[in-house]
Amino acid sequence: MIATVQRLPADVAFVVFSRTAVVAALVALLAVASPHFLTSDNMVIILRQAALQFLLSAGLTLVVLTGGIDLSVGAVLGLSACVGAALIAKGFLLAGIIAALGVGLACGLVNGLMVAYVGIPAFIATYGMLWIAHGLGYVFMKGEVIHGFDPAFRALGAGFWAGIPIPVLVAAVLLLALHIVLYLTPFGRALYAIGGNPVAARLTGIPTKRRLVQVYGISGLLAGFAGLVVIARVNAADSGTGEELLLPIIAAVVLGGTSLFGGVGGIMGTAMGALILALVVNGMNMLGIPTFWQAFAMGAIVILAVLADVSFKRRYS
Amino acid sequence: MSSLALRPGHYPGAAYLFVLLAAAFAFATPDFASARNLSNVGLQAAALTILALGMTLVILTEGIDLSLGAVLGLAGVVMGIVLVSHGASLPLAIGAALLVGLCAGALNGALIAWAALPPFIVTLGTYGMAQSIAMVLTEGNSVTGLPPAVRWFNEGEWLGVPIPIWAVLATLGVTYVLLYHTKFGRYVFAIGGNRRALELAGVRVRLYLAAVYAYAGLLAALASFIMTARMNAAHPTIAIGLEFDAIAAVVLGGTSFEKGRGGMWGTVVGALAIAVLRNGLNLIGMSAEWQVAVVGIVIVAAVALDALRGRA
Repeated sequence: MIATVQRLPADVAFVVFSRTAVVAALVALLAVASPHFLTSDNMVIILRQAALQFLLSAGLTLVVLTGGIDLSVGAVLGLSACVGAALIAKGFLLAGIIAALGVGLACGLVNGLMVAYVGIPAFIATYGMLWIAHGLGYVFMKGEVIHGFDPAFRALGAGFWAGIPIPVLVAAVLLLALHIVLYLTPFGRALYAIGGNPVAARLTGIPTKRRLVQVYGISGLLAGFAGLVVIARVNAADSGTGEELLLPIIAAVVLGGTSLFGGVGGIMGTAMGALILALVVNGMNMLGIPTFWQAFAMGAIVILAVLADVSFKRRYS
Repeated sequence: MSSLALRPGHYPGAAYLFVLLAAAFAFATPDFASARNLSNVGLQAAALTILALGMTLVILTEGIDLSLGAVLGLAGVVMGIVLVSHGASLPLAIGAALLVGLCAGALNGALIAWAALPPFIVTLGTYGMAQSIAMVLTEGNSVTGLPPAVRWFNEGEWLGVPIPIWAVLATLGVTYVLLYHTKFGRYVFAIGGNRRALELAGVRVRLYLAAVYAYAGLLAALASFIMTARMNAAHPTIAIGLEFDAIAAVVLGGTSFEKGRGGMWGTVVGALAIAVLRNGLNLIGMSAEWQVAVVGIVIVAAVALDALRGRA
């Protein structure tokens, strides 16, 4: 909203228009290819899928804006979900939610401390956290599956309010909140400043290290929250929860046009990226393409999206 | 990140870790220091060392390759399918697998060198693609019923030395010559050190950079022979996560993510340290669940100590 009031730089305009075109092309293609695509049931499925994807990728967007990366989101999500699920299944709903969010926050803060204060490159620190969180998830679950949650909790992932899936409402609220934080608060502007030029950001008085710890902490917290939504949706949790999410999580951010070099992009783009991924997955299911191909599609999409953005930028700016 | 650089008289974290772990495990369990177990450690380290040597070159150019584990899995699957489904000869299957590794690496290299995309995003993308193709080819299952000849890659011996060790020695020899005695090697260090200067000097930097990734892919295929032979089956996800061990071996071995500082010998020590860690945790009876977390913690802690020490 606020972004569109200002005149868009060419590369941002390219992202907006190319992604809109991709969504339009996908919708047109799938509408022709499958009679079931344009049904209201399927629209609900796509929207819910996009909302879940957005919740997964929202925290990472903030990290990438600072020029960092968080490869541990999927694993932290899984660990938080397992810890939360164990408590929720025993009837401690509030304790379970707090525990899941707490585990996510703790993992994220450790990431932030390693990156900002110890000086480990972000992707090696968070890649290490990926394996630590996965490992702790295995230890915690011992190969078991927890399933069957309180219906009140399940509503978070599977429920409806006024005909709209609750995850979609949750994602919409988060989208709006993060957009306002990024564009209208000193905290949000600091993230762009750090991503654009960390030295300049520090010299203008931004506490860059503290901001980095906070942003990785938020990423972990949101991973914990996404974990709750995921297990509420599937009504089960095991140590495999969150596995194989790494690629789609990063894909949505990159598809959204947020630059991996930091300082450029935004949360609206990630919502768009999540919608494109949801359309692709839904389309592949509609066309009966085996799910084994989904990772290929995600990988190719990531590379093509970055290739398109980098090529455009090199030619026109 | 100059803190992670290898300097004279400044041993990489891997050396300390290796000595510390070896002493601790030798003390904790008499089985560790037995000749039989030590040769087992060597065998376990073989595939990792080969993978990590390719990763060393990649990291020296300020790059990263997250796809190596998936490429290893794909190469093994291709070898298995060529052997089992098509009944082809072993040399043909080996050739096919090496070609797969080389092509995957070359694709990474082309996208990174000519399209100038960030290495980790390119290799994350090809990780998904390689993993996906391996799954589609096998429908998610293992390729079993391999001809007995394949096991030679793990059990075979020549002059009393196991074949995996020969494979490591051969890779070390080739990598040593490439890195320290050819123009290619000097450019590898220089690409990380000062790529711009190299380009201004008229060096075809992109070609050499692409070649580095192709070499890493080729070595991943080589490592797949050992792992496939050890399992006596080709599984698409056999090496998922092994790229983390390889990156850790390189970093613990003192090669920096910046400025082309480091070298291959530290990587060998790093790979040995990680193999000792995994072997020792098995011997003291730690459950597989805990091992994943403990290996992650030890590696991150060692990298953190290296970073902090270098800063002081």
